[in-house]
Amino acid sequence: MSSESAVVVDDVSKRFRLYSERNQSLKAALMRHGRARYEEFWAVREVSLEIKQGATYGLVGENGSGKSTLLKCIAKILRPDRGTIRTTGKLAALLELGSGFHPELSGRENVFLNGSILGLSKRELTSRFDEIVGFAGLEQFIDQPVKNYSSGMYVRLGFSVAINVDPDVLLVDEVLAVGDAVFQRRCQEKFSEFRRAGKTVVVVSHAMETVRTMCDEVAWLEHGRLLRTGRPDEVVDAYVDEGREDREVSSEQAESRWGSGEVRLSAVQLIGPAGQPTTHVRTGDPVTIRLHYLARKRIAQPVFGLAMESLEGVYVWAHNTRDAQWVPDAIEGTGSVDLTIDRLMLQPGTFDLTASVVTYDTTHAYDFLRRCLRFDVDHGTPRESGGLVALGGRWGFSPPTVLVVAATETTDGTS
Amino acid sequence: MSQLPATADAPRRTASELRGFRELLVNLTLREVRGKYKRTVLGQGWSLLNPVAAMLIFTAVFGLLLRIKVPAGSPSGVDIFALWLVCGLLPWNFLTSAMTGGMGALVGNANLIKKVYFPREVLVAATVLSWDVSFAFELGVLAAALMIFGAFVLPWLPVAAVFVVLLTAFALGLGLALSVANVYFRDTTHFMNILLQIWFYATPVVYPMSYVTEAARKLDQKGFRPFGHHFPLEFIYRLNPMERFVNCFRATLYDNRWPALADSLYAAAAAAASLLIGYAVFRRYEGRLAEEL
Repeated sequence: MSSESAVVVDDVSKRFRLYSERNQSLKAALMRHGRARYEEFWAVREVSLEIKQGATYGLVGENGSGKSTLLKCIAKILRPDRGTIRTTGKLAALLELGSGFHPELSGRENVFLNGSILGLSKRELTSRFDEIVGFAGLEQFIDQPVKNYSSGMYVRLGFSVAINVDPDVLLVDEVLAVGDAVFQRRCQEKFSEFRRAGKTVVVVSHAMETVRTMCDEVAWLEHGRLLRTGRPDEVVDAYVDEGREDREVSSEQAESRWGSGEVRLSAVQLIGPAGQPTTHVRTGDPVTIRLHYLARKRIAQPVFGLAMESLEGVYVWAHNTRDAQWVPDAIEGTGSVDLTIDRLMLQPGTFDLTASVVTYDTTHAYDFLRRCLRFDVDHGTPRESGGLVALGGRWGFSPPTVLVVAATETTDGTS
Repeated sequence: MSQLPATADAPRRTASELRGFRELLVNLTLREVRGKYKRTVLGQGWSLLNPVAAMLIFTAVFGLLLRIKVPAGSPSGVDIFALWLVCGLLPWNFLTSAMTGGMGALVGNANLIKKVYFPREVLVAATVLSWDVSFAFELGVLAAALMIFGAFVLPWLPVAAVFVVLLTAFALGLGLALSVANVYFRDTTHFMNILLQIWFYATPVVYPMSYVTEAARKLDQKGFRPFGHHFPLEFIYRLNPMERFVNCFRATLYDNRWPALADSLYAAAAAAASLLIGYAVFRRYEGRLAEEL
């Protein structure tokens, strides 16, 4: 064990009992000569990992992969059945905030009570009391019984006490999503402060972007086993790739559909770089969006249109054949039109396509398919930091400033 | 920096953990004490009302109706059934409250155990200690009453305090073992309710030991001699540690004299055994608490 590791997990396994016949009554147990029948289930199997001091370490995996169980083992809430876990320094776990509060006692009494459960001495609590209450923003309510608190106030006070334990190792299980926006920002700042102070943080999260940006190292667990550890971008990418399910492609999936029906859009496809319909592409991929139509009679000057929204409903983009000045004179029967995109400049995320075919003056819809195709974009090239679109920007030092100076002098001279 | 191994075996308690232990124990005890009668009209008064009600009922039934004769306090000279009764009733009430309270401490704090790590035995200990606060309060009132009726009880209070400590250890040991049993078998409470009723009447709280001696003598006279021997009713009675505890409390408070050495030693031994066994059971089964709750 190296001296600079904060947590060393050595060949840890944790078994749970799945009771087929849960039997918590002594009477039943005596009559049946056995307590209960159960199957064993290994939630964590032979996991070994080492977390360095000062590192922010992420645990990722699907639900039921054992990451929360492992975190609880590190927190000593659960005791591993095999193997050992060594932690160096004071440990605090943010698992469920405010869980030790007594509803009848005041906020003040609960701060001292919860603080001592988390291992703070009375002296430490007295000196940090104002900070704790201030951080939670509860100065006015601190002498009220906590049962009168809103759930937000409850959680804020719980977080505030826990974070002020000033641990050397902090264990976090998806609790960053508490409180309002202001409080969340304050939490983020506190975490950054923590990391700057060289404290170790272990995070369990499903928010892959947070993991990617926050963590120094990531471990990926699957079915209780450690699949791989490594740099966050590598592990998270591999995890996201693995977890992706291809979406079904069908125009019947449209959220809503209307139109007079002289022309029907029979299918909307996203053709990936491999030339096959797909719902999964990467930033920078060449793609084609193909609209298959069926015109029951001859339709003059139809306008095909496409629009794109993010999952949150942000309107990202739209384009139609009229604005592109590509309007066929007339269509009849079946056929398809393609929109070719050389480089898909979208950031990773999930997007919905809306497709339509309308009259030339765009006042009448033949067919309108709202949110008919959902597709995912994963990290590709260029890789930029965030947002909806990738602009393919390049960083560099500015060109020599001589020209600017000269221009300024000229301006000065004339004025 | 401390190295805290969490392994398949019960982890050792480190020095820093034990230091925090005391503070946590105090805080949790205060939580119990404050929470117990919060938002009730009478507040701490409830802690007196219950024993007073029990005293009135038992005095009416056993003192007035059944006319149980109790010896006068010697050398204190007090001769009041109600006071004699309460000297035994208060320790008994403490035992049942502390034990059943301790028994429910783990199940009642399930959310805490599942979310935070701390030495779990503190929960049981805090509950038992919170009943000590009530017990001390009740004993104070009893001492005042005894003084009013002529017993010079003041010098004997420190001796009684020693037995309070021993009885606390006894109740804590039972509470520790039962608290984990209650996690695995939720009907432990119901079994204990029945057992406690039997135990109560098997302990000379509402009648004096002389009645048992008398009953044993009558059995003998009627020729009840299983296996040709004198039936050891008294001997069996005296195995019960609570009989010894009640004797010790009555000796110090009601009679104002030193309790019998045998009783004191027996009580101390029972307290030590209960605590050791109870804690061993607790440590043996506490590992899977967070999962089983």
